Amino acid sequence: MYFTLLVVVILTALALVAVALGIARAISPRSYNPQKGEAYECGIPTRGRSWMQFKVGYYLFAILFLMFDVETVFLFSWAVVVQDLGLYGLTSIVFFLVILVLGLAYAWRKGALEWK
Amino acid sequence: MFDFSIVTQAIHTALLSIMPEGLAIFLECVVVGVCLLLMYTVIAIVMIFMERKVCAAFQCRLGPVRVGPWGTLQVICDVFKMLTKEIITIRHADRFLYNLAPYIVILASVLAFSCLPINRGMEVLDFNVGVFFTMAASSIGVVGILLAGWSSNNKYSLIGAMRSGAQMISYELSIGLSILTIVVLTDTMQLSEIVERQADGWFIFKGHIPAIIAFIIYLIAGNAEVNRGPFDLPEAESELTAGYHTEYSGMHFGLFYVAEFVNLFIIAGLAATIFLGGWMPLHIPGLDAFNTVMDYIPGFVWFFAKAFFVVWLLMWIKWTFPRLRVDQILTLEWKYLVPIGLANLLLMVIVVVFKLHF
Repeated sequence: MYFTLLVVVILTALALVAVALGIARAISPRSYNPQKGEAYECGIPTRGRSWMQFKVGYYLFAILFLMFDVETVFLFSWAVVVQDLGLYGLTSIVFFLVILVLGLAYAWRKGALEWK
Repeated sequence: MFDFSIVTQAIHTALLSIMPEGLAIFLECVVVGVCLLLMYTVIAIVMIFMERKVCAAFQCRLGPVRVGPWGTLQVICDVFKMLTKEIITIRHADRFLYNLAPYIVILASVLAFSCLPINRGMEVLDFNVGVFFTMAASSIGVVGILLAGWSSNNKYSLIGAMRSGAQMISYELSIGLSILTIVVLTDTMQLSEIVERQADGWFIFKGHIPAIIAFIIYLIAGNAEVNRGPFDLPEAESELTAGYHTEYSGMHFGLFYVAEFVNLFIIAGLAATIFLGGWMPLHIPGLDAFNTVMDYIPGFVWFFAKAFFVVWLLMWIKWTFPRLRVDQILTLEWKYLVPIGLANLLLMVIVVVFKLHF
């Protein structure tokens, strides 16, 4: 039943975009002007290409995020059973978190969290 | 407490009596889809109107007043205006990705929106991993934003998209950690079940100190997750014209705009569900007469009241604080919110294990 509903929701989302864009394309005016095809960079013609190498800082944060996001996935499966596990669950997760915090501390110390 | 599943059951039996089962289920699916679509657009329109009025109030202006009573028809007029604008694609754009981006952004926000438990028996998707699914679905949106910025072939768009990517993935961690705190307290991830557990007290009261810290972290991270408030770097209009949707016009732009506002509602609705008790009425122990009166107010009224209260809180923050720099945003997340979030999670586990909660 839930799979059917999931498919219904996905189709609804796609239909929303398709219908909105379809109506807009049907009733909106259309005129051709070569200036319309230019990139909007405040009236100055674009210099060079925009698809180019980009600042590596964003990439570093993406790597850090990956580490912590996988950790959150593990934590979710632990969080639903922690009440049954009691003290055992607490002590075992402390070790897991300590290793992670060591990772964060290492990145901090190395200067990966500074924006340069 | 009003149970909406009575209505859906009645419709189901009525349909079964006049047609075969397959056709009945197909019809119900169509009805669910249409209701979801209407709900989505109505919420978007209400949110945009509310944003304008609240913003005007904070700046000592009137806001829209001309069209309709108190300007209520202004946003609907704007929708029609948006529909009649030409859709322009620039010459050097990557056409396939450029047209794909709005689909992904809307898909993510509709998926997350359909998980919100509005009333008992009124949610569309109610998985046993509900909270997890909502987070996963809403984080697809960042792919759409990155695609939009990349495919536009415009340097402003690219910078906006990159900032937005770094910001959204970073703050997702804090959202995850603050939701985890509540999952530890409830030992379930199903959203309707989380609401049911709050019948004898909302989690922000039941979990006392750790829950309140988690709520504050959630509000900050949620505001950053939807690129609003002091965290609206991806579309900082003073430096990047319009950020990742600079090159989108007409309804193309309108879809990004709608998704942004509905995402704000989703963040607020999730906060209302997991911290403020969803459709559960406010009960004060000892005041029986008061509690009985509160029980008569239907659940969806409670849900929307709480959700719009959180929305109002986030708008207040947006129109009060100046915009942060990108390094300040990342410092706030990685050096403050993540360590506090981890410590808070540990504190909540101690509270739960030693039964210190109410």
